Amino acid sequence: MPLLLFSQPFMDSPLIPLIIEWSLKIFFIFGGLMTALAYLTWFERRVLAYIQMRLGPNRVGPAGLLQPLADGIKFIFKEDIVPLDADKFLYTLAPIMSLVPALTCYVLLPFGDKFVMPGLNREIPLHITHVNVGVLAIFALTGMGVYGIVLAGYASNNKYSLMGGLRSSAQMVSYELAMVMSIIGVLLQAGSLDLVEICKHQAGWFGMQWHLFTYPPTGIIGFFIFLIAMVAETNRVPFDLPEAETELVAGFHTEYSSMKFAMFFIAEYANMVTASAMATILFLGGWMGPFVDQFPLLGPVYFTAKVGFFLFLYVWLRGTLPRYRYDQLMNLGWKFLLPLSLVNLVLTATIALFFM
Amino acid sequence: MLICTALSLLPKETSGEYGPIAGYVPVVLLLLIAIAFPVAALAAGRLVRRKVETPEKQIPYECGVDPISDSKDRFSVRYYMIAMLFLVFDVETIFLFPWAVIYDKLGVFGLVEILIFLGILVVGYYYAWRKGALNWV
Repeated sequence: MPLLLFSQPFMDSPLIPLIIEWSLKIFFIFGGLMTALAYLTWFERRVLAYIQMRLGPNRVGPAGLLQPLADGIKFIFKEDIVPLDADKFLYTLAPIMSLVPALTCYVLLPFGDKFVMPGLNREIPLHITHVNVGVLAIFALTGMGVYGIVLAGYASNNKYSLMGGLRSSAQMVSYELAMVMSIIGVLLQAGSLDLVEICKHQAGWFGMQWHLFTYPPTGIIGFFIFLIAMVAETNRVPFDLPEAETELVAGFHTEYSSMKFAMFFIAEYANMVTASAMATILFLGGWMGPFVDQFPLLGPVYFTAKVGFFLFLYVWLRGTLPRYRYDQLMNLGWKFLLPLSLVNLVLTATIALFFM
Repeated sequence: MLICTALSLLPKETSGEYGPIAGYVPVVLLLLIAIAFPVAALAAGRLVRRKVETPEKQIPYECGVDPISDSKDRFSVRYYMIAMLFLVFDVETIFLFPWAVIYDKLGVFGLVEILIFLGILVVGYYYAWRKGALNWV
């Protein structure tokens, strides 16, 4: 096997630079992502504190910037308690099942067009990989996250965990329907499931080609359905019923401590970033912005700014809104968002056929 | 090494670029890293942390009161209803994806077709609503 690598046809093939390129990109994305997720917790606590007229974590390092590091060290050193009669294998598997799909999603998200590396004379696309069914792949991976939560609730041998896991799975599958229905209008316009193609379809006209504004009013309706569903999908306020602390202590992760708890936490924040990135790509034009054609490296900047807006929105909602009651939540999903997204879909198809 | 071998076996498109299957190789790479990360974190934690097991600590948390029964208890049948309804609608969305992608080639036929398809579904949805399957409590 090692001989194959050094054989002449193999060295001449374009594979070696391709693999180096992939590895470097994965390294940067994964490293940058883990740092970003850690600082997202700091960001959330600080912003939430300012909303509530507090200061938030500001003691560890300048402006509390070393707080995520301190939290990480603490997570590693905390005792890992497994409850009595818990299913040990599933109990350990659950946080891994929840974290792995959440992290794998990032390989599919495009954050820019391609640019030519000076000196190398090699065209480098600003996305790790290019899959022609990107939307489906993302939804498949985020859908896998439900398993982790259900298993955590089931394996903990705790009634609160079981209730939290059940609620969470019912909530996530209910809102997934509205979410998927709301983006079909976008796919219909772009005529592709490829995330890069969907972004390119929204270029030009000073942002008026963004799917948020096209085919009015269906774009805006679809966007708001997606926004509500994505908050519910990620189990965040005002839809954080699975971990409603006033009724369920902490929901599905009541019994989890130390690194396993941290994994659920990281998975939740990773899912928030994925959902924000999907909203950006599908409705807000992805990396599109002024001068992005001349300077392709501006693409990631615009992309990050748009994703950052959604992340701020998450924190803002958490600081502002009270929690829904569970029957209200299910009614909103099944009796309002789902029919609305169906009507929106038919409306989009009609406009596409007769007015465009 | 395995990845290199697998890649060299992948079919090439006429333009000399690698076909759509090659796009999934980085997905597999990141999947491996994503699996390695939590496993490494758990292993590192096991090495450095102390573990003192007492019976009180291991009791499932129920606000300080001793748990009365096992947690594998019966729960509301509503969750099963939600699961079944989800299955119906999810299969339907799978049909909608390819339809949406080639909609501009289908024209009027596509619109009529999807109206019939959604019409059948809406009848079922209305029935479920009337029978109270969507009501909670």
